[in-house]
Amino acid sequence: MAGVVERIPDKAGIQKQIMLPWSKALQMTRENIFVRFGRSVITASGIFLGTAFMSAVFFGGAAAAVKAKLDLEQGITPQEAEMQARIIWLVTMSLVVATVGIVNSMLMSVTERYKEIGTMKCLGALDRFIVRLFILEALLLGVLGSVAGAVVGTGAMTIMWMGRIGAKNTFAAWAAPAMKLGGSPVPLWLCVLVGVVIGGVLSMLAALYPAWRAAKMPPAAALRSEF
Amino acid sequence: MTTTTGEAAGGSVYEYIVRTKDLAKFYVMGGQEVRALDNVALDIRRGEYVSIMGPSGSGKSTLFNMIGGLDKPTKGTVFIDEVDMAQLSATELAWLRCRKIGYIFQTFNLIPVMTALENVTLPMVFAGLSTDEALEKGANLLKVVGLGDRRDHKPTELSGGQQQRVAIARALANDPAIILADEPTGNLDLRTGKEIIALLKQMNEEKNVTIISATHDLKMIDVSDRVVWIRDGKIERIEERADIKVQVGEMEGEEQ
Ligand SMILES: Nc1ncnc2c1ncn2[C@@H]1O[C@H](COP(=O)(O)OP(=O)(O)OP(=O)(O)O)[C@@H](O)[C@H]1O
Ligand SMILES: [Mg+2]
Repeated sequence: MAGVVERIPDKAGIQKQIMLPWSKALQMTRENIFVRFGRSVITASGIFLGTAFMSAVFFGGAAAAVKAKLDLEQGITPQEAEMQARIIWLVTMSLVVATVGIVNSMLMSVTERYKEIGTMKCLGALDRFIVRLFILEALLLGVLGSVAGAVVGTGAMTIMWMGRIGAKNTFAAWAAPAMKLGGSPVPLWLCVLVGVVIGGVLSMLAALYPAWRAAKMPPAAALRSEF
Repeated sequence: MTTTTGEAAGGSVYEYIVRTKDLAKFYVMGGQEVRALDNVALDIRRGEYVSIMGPSGSGKSTLFNMIGGLDKPTKGTVFIDEVDMAQLSATELAWLRCRKIGYIFQTFNLIPVMTALENVTLPMVFAGLSTDEALEKGANLLKVVGLGDRRDHKPTELSGGQQQRVAIARALANDPAIILADEPTGNLDLRTGKEIIALLKQMNEEKNVTIISATHDLKMIDVSDRVVWIRDGKIERIEERADIKVQVGEMEGEEQ
């Protein structure tokens, strides 16, 4: 009731009176992703490119391992050691590419919404609601982007390798070691899975810091920013 | 309005809903101190319609930010219902922004990806209302501001005046005691500006919401109970409704 004094409740009372349920946050995030679809695609593409590159490298490693085995059966000496060194280097590169892409997209996507963040705080949002919304968005985009990247990356490599070693051997690559970790071989499917998880987690982490900083800004400062 | 402070059913009712004491905000810009607000003492009564007028750069928006708890003063105190805002925790401040104050901006500041109805119900979501309650209340508020048939429109599908109406409905979402507006008619043409002022006045009268509006808009004077003139961060004079008419001509002359 306007005009009637409503006292500020104690801490427990406020927790019950100021809230953003996860289900509501998820709904807002989902709508946000779809409504700003073009922007979401650009944000996700950083992650997409990174994981596409990484899973292609993994696939190449596994397929090469399959081919090496075939060569060995035919009496040709494979160049395994050189291959391994190159794969570690490429995987590291692709991780760097993915990380830079993700951090950059998340930074942009938070910065261009400072004003929105300031407005939400005027409407009663706690800092952690803001962080929650961005984390959820980053996680969703990160998982979608990296799954798509893995599909495209491995898909392209499948087409390429099918011409060289045939369909059967190409599909066998999924179980072949894509890289060696501490001397023990890791199968392709596990490498790609871990890559997808890393894509999701990385984008969440990349959103965490800028979102937290934006949420902590005094609303006046956030509202002043023009984008 | 009584001048005594008494206990009422819902808690204490104070005559002054907003009080500022020695309020000051200094910005340091390139080694120079800008005194955006200096020693401002302003008492605003419950249910009042107050306009804050002054030339550009006089400190209106700064005062808006201080009263609304959107920034911290350099010195001095803002009391809302006799509660010192500086003493509030972040959560208590959020509670205050959510339930006690409704904000209206020159640039409307609707959330662009949300429909009119979603914008209006957002503060209710934060306040913990159930979805059904929020939808019903939000639809009603949109009717009150004359946009009953625009609830599913996005801000980009609405005119400036319509967006400001949505913003007013949103500001009223949790039945605030205060509506704070910063140049609410600044981006609107003459006629639409008049309509928005009339709507604010209507809310002021029907819901007994205290309205505090920073403005350049002389049309606002007609509906104001008091006009606070500020210049260089200081209160120059405060005029009651009765004294105002004479001054308007003067001000208009001054602007030319
Ligand atoms: N964030 C800031 N940093 C530095 N100086 C600021 C900042 N905000 C405001 N100021 C200065 O404080 C003074 C008052 O600004 P304010 O925005 O309150 O004026 P205003 O009365 O709202 O003006 P307008 O009518 O143009 O909106 C101005 O001199 C301005 O330059
Ligand atoms: Mg201003």
